[in-house]
Amino acid sequence: MIEARDLTKVYSGKVAVDHLSFTVQPGRVTGFLGPNGAGKSTTMRLILGLDRPDSGVATINGKRYAELPNPLRTVGALLEAKSVHGGRSAANHLLFLAQSQGLPKSRVDEVLDLVGLRDVAAKRAGTFSLGMNQRLGIAAAMLGDPQVLLLDEPVNGLDPEGVLWIRNLLKYLATQGRTILVSSHLMNEMAVTADHLIVIGRGKLIADSATQDVIARSSEQSVRVRTPDAARLTGLIEAEGGKVSRGGEPVSADGVAGGVAGGVATLIVTGMPAPRIGELAASASVVLHELSPQLASLEEAFMELTSGSLEFGEHGHPPAAAADGAAAAAADRGSR
Amino acid sequence: MTAAQPVSPAGPVSPPAGLTGTAAGGRAGFGHLLLSEWTKIRSVRSTVWALILFVVITIGFTVLVTALITANWDRGRGGGGGGGAHVGIIADPAGFLMGAGVGLGQLTICVLGALLITTEYSTGVIRASLLAVPRRTPMLAAKAIVFAAVVLVLAEIVCFSSFFAGSAILHSRVPVSLSDPGVARAVIGTGLYLTVLGLLALAVGALIRHTAGAISTVIGVVLVLPILSGLLPGSWGAHINAYLPQQAGMLISHAHKQAGDLLSAWQGFGVLCIWTALLLAVGIYLLRRRDA
Repeated sequence: MIEARDLTKVYSGKVAVDHLSFTVQPGRVTGFLGPNGAGKSTTMRLILGLDRPDSGVATINGKRYAELPNPLRTVGALLEAKSVHGGRSAANHLLFLAQSQGLPKSRVDEVLDLVGLRDVAAKRAGTFSLGMNQRLGIAAAMLGDPQVLLLDEPVNGLDPEGVLWIRNLLKYLATQGRTILVSSHLMNEMAVTADHLIVIGRGKLIADSATQDVIARSSEQSVRVRTPDAARLTGLIEAEGGKVSRGGEPVSADGVAGGVAGGVATLIVTGMPAPRIGELAASASVVLHELSPQLASLEEAFMELTSGSLEFGEHGHPPAAAADGAAAAAADRGSR
Repeated sequence: MTAAQPVSPAGPVSPPAGLTGTAAGGRAGFGHLLLSEWTKIRSVRSTVWALILFVVITIGFTVLVTALITANWDRGRGGGGGGGAHVGIIADPAGFLMGAGVGLGQLTICVLGALLITTEYSTGVIRASLLAVPRRTPMLAAKAIVFAAVVLVLAEIVCFSSFFAGSAILHSRVPVSLSDPGVARAVIGTGLYLTVLGLLALAVGALIRHTAGAISTVIGVVLVLPILSGLLPGSWGAHINAYLPQQAGMLISHAHKQAGDLLSAWQGFGVLCIWTALLLAVGIYLLRRRDA
């Protein structure tokens, strides 16, 4: 289990991590999500004791990283920044790490087999491709057969096969009861890998819940309705406070407004759940061809969650206002 | 991906991931750390090359300089210009032999000492090292001990080799033997000097963390400061000069205390050790405090 309590880190006046608290439970893959510059890597460095926090404490299985006796046997970490000497062979890189933990040399061969680098073990790491370096990093993380894994952007630079390999590896390791925290700025990758999500923006916690809940909660729910009697249904829904927009299909070539095809219109309804729309239609005998609640993708959920918390203020907000907006949005969501 | 294994979604890691019985041993001790640092040193070409360069340069220059001076002995004496040097060689042939190659050879040890820690920062290995050994003092201590042991063994071999090769060449002009007073101490002491100087360079590397800056600083301390202090007026320069780490440390390579030396051989070596200990202490303090 990884626990972060009130972590804060300031780099030369710039707040990278801002009173961040969360817990990472064993037995599942926890995704650590946020836009670039949100503080994911910094948080991991604080947990791993590479940087010292300005406030707060991070523990792994109840101990600070520096208090772990043979840390690589408890915690495996893959950092985004490279940490291999290009002139040293993969085998020797793993060997010096193994020796520092009192692990036998045979363990080096085991992890080389695990990541499929056995054939190039004697080659200098400087000759490796990005994907091979990433695999070497995973091998180093797995060296001590750790119960806790922290991986910073592990799929960066991997081809689709490598991405699939990492995804399966992480899921498999989680089923063994290990604690796994994996950071990414790729929401869709997290949607299929992570069971639980911790979302941060500008160093602050935005969301901490099951992946499904994050998707379900974050975007405004909408319902897609197809009906030949759009005008009446629109009137009924708006009378009860729902909002209706015509959507879905593009504007046709003859200039007719989009959403009408063969007399059947597609409506997007917000502010009213699907069952109530169905009841209204039934009571007024309006024919429905389709009534389907729309689930936001994780991508959309993420964009909404972190909008205004992006590092470079892409939405034109002044940075301070943007941070406030994100906090307010998070608070709003929490109360829902 | 050239090295990819076929992906098997069923369980890509089941057999190899688990720890075999042998892997679940007890807590790693300082001995394991020393072994780990030894692997680090020997597994990088630049270290091996620097050490080979040290051996070749030191022995090579001792032989070359001694051979040239011996061959031109009479001409140097007759011309009068080289007479001062001859007086020095005759007074302390062992000291001359120890200085002839070490003057240049010591720079390879300085560069290696600084590189040992600065390349950890430039390559990012420092992060892997500190994840493995989060208590940073033992990491630097193990690195220093392994480096010192490697340099000590090699430097003693090089110093004795230089002495025997050089004294054989010099024999026709100035016979000198290991059993002469102070000579054995000078030869052994020069190896000690090189070892401690290497540690000083390591400490500077830990302080500065950047290769170019650390090497420039060490070379400045070893080569430039003695020249600058020599330019200072009056006895000021002489006193400062005597307590510079390199100047003080090299006194141990002299078989006899020379006129004008402010410190004895062992006092000078002690001054070098104090400089090194201070710099190492500051290096450890900063290593523990700074973000990696």
